[in-house]
Amino acid sequence: MSKPVVATASLAGCFGCHMSILDIDDRILKLIELVEFNKSPIDDIKTFTKQCDIGLIEGGCCNSENVENLKLFRKNCKILISVGECAIMGGLPAMRNGIPVKECLEEAYLKCPTVDDNIIPNDDELPMILDRVYPCHEIVKIDYFLPGCPPRADLIWEALVALLTGKELELPYEVVKFD
Amino acid sequence: MSTINFTIDGKACKAKPGQTIVEAAKDNGIYIPTLCHFEGLKPAGTCRICTVKVGGRNMAACTTPVTEGMVVENKTADLEDYRKAIIEMLFVEGNHMCPTCEKSGNCELQALGYRYMMMAPRFPFLFPRRTLDASLPKIVIERNRCVQCLRCVRGITTADGKRIFGVVNRGGHVEITVDKDLAASMTDEMAQKAMDLCPVGAILKKEVGFAIPIGKRKFDSKPIGSEIEKA
Ligand code: SF4
Ligand code: SF4
Ligand code: FES
Repeated sequence: MSKPVVATASLAGCFGCHMSILDIDDRILKLIELVEFNKSPIDDIKTFTKQCDIGLIEGGCCNSENVENLKLFRKNCKILISVGECAIMGGLPAMRNGIPVKECLEEAYLKCPTVDDNIIPNDDELPMILDRVYPCHEIVKIDYFLPGCPPRADLIWEALVALLTGKELELPYEVVKFD
Repeated sequence: MSTINFTIDGKACKAKPGQTIVEAAKDNGIYIPTLCHFEGLKPAGTCRICTVKVGGRNMAACTTPVTEGMVVENKTADLEDYRKAIIEMLFVEGNHMCPTCEKSGNCELQALGYRYMMMAPRFPFLFPRRTLDASLPKIVIERNRCVQCLRCVRGITTADGKRIFGVVNRGGHVEITVDKDLAASMTDEMAQKAMDLCPVGAILKKEVGFAIPIGKRKFDSKPIGSEIEKA
C-alpha cells in the first residue's frame, strides 16, 4: 500500500509553525516512515505532482498569491488543516486589519525613516495586497485547526498520528495553547 | 443559621442563605465558569458565561441567589456549548493576538478558551478598530482586549471612594475610560491591583511584562476552575 501524502505551505506566516513540525525531534524519522511529502518547503517540491491526503497550512492570507496558493491546496488535499494562530485568526500580520491599506503602504514605503526612494512598489510581478488579512477558513473550507504560536510539536504530532492511524485524539491540557 | 438544600446536575448541595448559585456551587466543589464575576465585588452579570438552567429558564448563576429546593442544571451539553459560543464571540469581537499579549498564560478569557478547547471560533472575526491609551503614568489601557466585564469600574477606587474607571457609549461601541486626573494619582500598588483585577490584558502595569516564563504561568498546566472542582 502506498503511504499517505502530506503537503505543507507557509502563507502569511513566519515559518515558525514549520519549525515546530521539525521540533518533533527524532519522531521525524517515524514521520518519514509513515508519510510521503509532496509540495512543501520541507522537501522543496514546488508544484503538486499528485493528489495529497493531508495539507498543513501555516499563515493567513494577506495577498493574492496566498489566496491562489490556499485554493490550490484545497483542490489538491483531501484534508486541510490550519496550523497556528496566523492561519486561524490572521495573527501578527492581522494587526494591520482595521487600518486602511493606503495608510499601511504609505507608512511602510513613504514615511518610514529608513526608506529613501519613496515609492510604493507596484509591479505586475508582485502579488496584490488584500484589504485585510484573512484567516484561512474565511477563504476555503478548513477541516481541522491546530492553535498555538507556534502549535506545540506534540500537538502537531498527535494530530497527525491520529489522522493517519484513525485513532481517537486525546490531547493533554498542556498542548493546546494560543501562544 | 438555616441551611438551604438544592441540587446541581442532580447532586445534593447545601447553601448558606443569601449565597448566589456560583458561590454555593464553589463551596460544594462544583465549578460554574465565570468571567465578569469577581469574589468580593457586587455581581454585574455582564458576560453570561455562568448561565445555568433553573426551572427550564436560563439564568446568570453569579447574580441569582439559591433558594430552597432549587434544581440547577450546569454541565449539560447545551449549556456547555452556549458558554463556548460566548467565549468564541468574545474572541472575535475584540482583537486578541495572544502571542503578543502580556497577559497570555494568566488570562481568564484565554483560560476559558483552553478549558472549552476552542480550536477556532465558529463566528467570523470582526477586527474592530479600537484604541489604546498609553498616556497614563502607571497603566496602559488596551481596549482591543477589553471584554467589558466592568470589574475595573466596580473594583478600583481612590482612597476616598471615587471611581477611577468608567464606561461610555452603548452596545458594540461600549468603551472603558478613565478619569485622567484620578488615574494619574494611582500608586504602583493600585496599578498592580487594577491589572490583577482585569481578567484579560486590557489593563497593564507599565514597565513590567512577560515577567513569568512560559510554563510557570497561572493557566499553563492547570485548567481554570480546577482548583474548585472536587474529584
Ligand atoms: S487578553 Fe487574553 S485572550 Fe486576549 S490576547 Fe491577551 S491573552 Fe489572549
Ligand atoms: S478593562 Fe479589563 S476589567 Fe475593565 S471592563 Fe475591560 S476587561 Fe473588564
Ligand atoms: S460571570 Fe455571571 S454573568 Fe459574568
